Amino acid sequence: MLCQNCGKRPATTFLKKTINGQTTEAHLCAECAAKQGVGSMFGGFDLGSFWGSLFAEPDVRTAADTVRCEGCGHSFREIAESGKAGCPECYTTFYDRLLPSIQRIHGKTRHTGKAPSNGGEEVKKENEIERLRRELADCIAQQQYEKCAQLRDRIQELEKESGDKAE
Amino acid sequence: MDERTNQNNPKKWYQQSGAEGDVVISTRVRLARNLSGTPFPAGLTAERKREVAEKVRGALKASGNAGDYDYLEMGNMTARDALSMVERHLVSPEFAQCEEGSALLLKKDESVSIMINEEDHIRLQVMRPGLDLDEAYREADELDTALDQTLHFAFDDRLGYLTQCPTNLGTGMRASIMLHLPALEERGAIQQLAGTVSKLGLTIRGLYGEGSKPEGAIYQLSNQVTLGISERSAIENLKGIANQIIREERAGRELLRRNPRFEDTVWRSLGLLRTARLLSHDEFMALISNLRVGVAMGIIPDVGMDVLSGLISDAQPATIMAAARRDMEPGERDAERAKMVRERLAG
Repeated sequence: MLCQNCGKRPATTFLKKTINGQTTEAHLCAECAAKQGVGSMFGGFDLGSFWGSLFAEPDVRTAADTVRCEGCGHSFREIAESGKAGCPECYTTFYDRLLPSIQRIHGKTRHTGKAPSNGGEEVKKENEIERLRRELADCIAQQQYEKCAQLRDRIQELEKESGDKAE
Repeated sequence: MDERTNQNNPKKWYQQSGAEGDVVISTRVRLARNLSGTPFPAGLTAERKREVAEKVRGALKASGNAGDYDYLEMGNMTARDALSMVERHLVSPEFAQCEEGSALLLKKDESVSIMINEEDHIRLQVMRPGLDLDEAYREADELDTALDQTLHFAFDDRLGYLTQCPTNLGTGMRASIMLHLPALEERGAIQQLAGTVSKLGLTIRGLYGEGSKPEGAIYQLSNQVTLGISERSAIENLKGIANQIIREERAGRELLRRNPRFEDTVWRSLGLLRTARLLSHDEFMALISNLRVGVAMGIIPDVGMDVLSGLISDAQPATIMAAARRDMEPGERDAERAKMVRERLAG
């Protein structure tokens, strides 16, 4: 079945909405479903049956499926069908192919927040920049200009370090 | 299970009432963590699951906190006891079905539980009565940092903490607030609310019963998005929305107060609860919901909110049987429930 919205891509998602007692139903492709905000409506769906369709890009079922995760032996197709990764390494092995689905679920693709002691140096640097920015804002409000200059220099330093690494 | 089935003394978090207790029943913060270089539990044999459990247990010991916790192997637990833990919100329904190799580290006061080998290697959660997100997160964060000293958590700079299900990637944090929303439900406002919060990266769902009208008007509000939003921001976001819902619910209750039928319903509910000899679960939830809002609004003066919190937990089916340490037919349970309710609400 083709998507009832665009009529181009195969429908992979069934969307049922009840608004003020009026129920509408639609079979949509992943892209049109994402536009309808399906990614953020997870709570209302049965995850088990819904997941497969979220991962199932039209080409998944037909594309060659030779690459396997070294950590657990899962193929991308296996992850797509179950909606579940086999091990942490799957996310590195299939990063590019998982990313569109991850974006659909969260709306974003980059972590901010806590990082463990043994890793996440980049995240920690970003957290530090965030913290310094908040401190800078406080200093500006309190007109402590000397401290402001120091904070600004430190922020620029950290941003440069991050930038160098990214290149 | 001796200690745990003696649910009256001292009072557990789910038998208390806390901040904004008229609307908020309790708060929970859960963190999902996995061990780097190890397949997720679904791909592990019982033997390897046990190794994971031992590692986590070892990490808790190394942090010096193990003395506060009981270690329970799910393979040795009766279905009755496991389901009772679900009813008291100590473990997830999925975890209650886990068997060989899954284990639970449960703080003796039951305010913290560490599920080992649920969907992820570690699901640690902190529970508090009332609205208490900051404190619940602080404690979860502290425990996570303590375990992190020994365990090597799976993490990616771009995707954050790595979890079996991509819905938990990033912070791996799910913060939830259990709300009592009889006035908003009465007004038919929950559907609309669900639509609104979903646009803000949150979700709201009925807690007891998955039908369209949850029993007892008890709902759970949680953050849905975990990637690209920090723990702090997610919690502030949730807190902001929760406060708006609390205000709406309170305003709704004031409208209800103008209807003389409402006060009558509250008093009749208390009358039934104090005198009934058989109470089915559904009837109990409907009546206790009416009573709870009546107590919160000062209509019923001599019943404590903590008594009601305790009843809502203790009168659930598996928890009644766990306390009696035997299985019961529904009819027998209804009699047991009615007896418990009469005793605790005795005027």
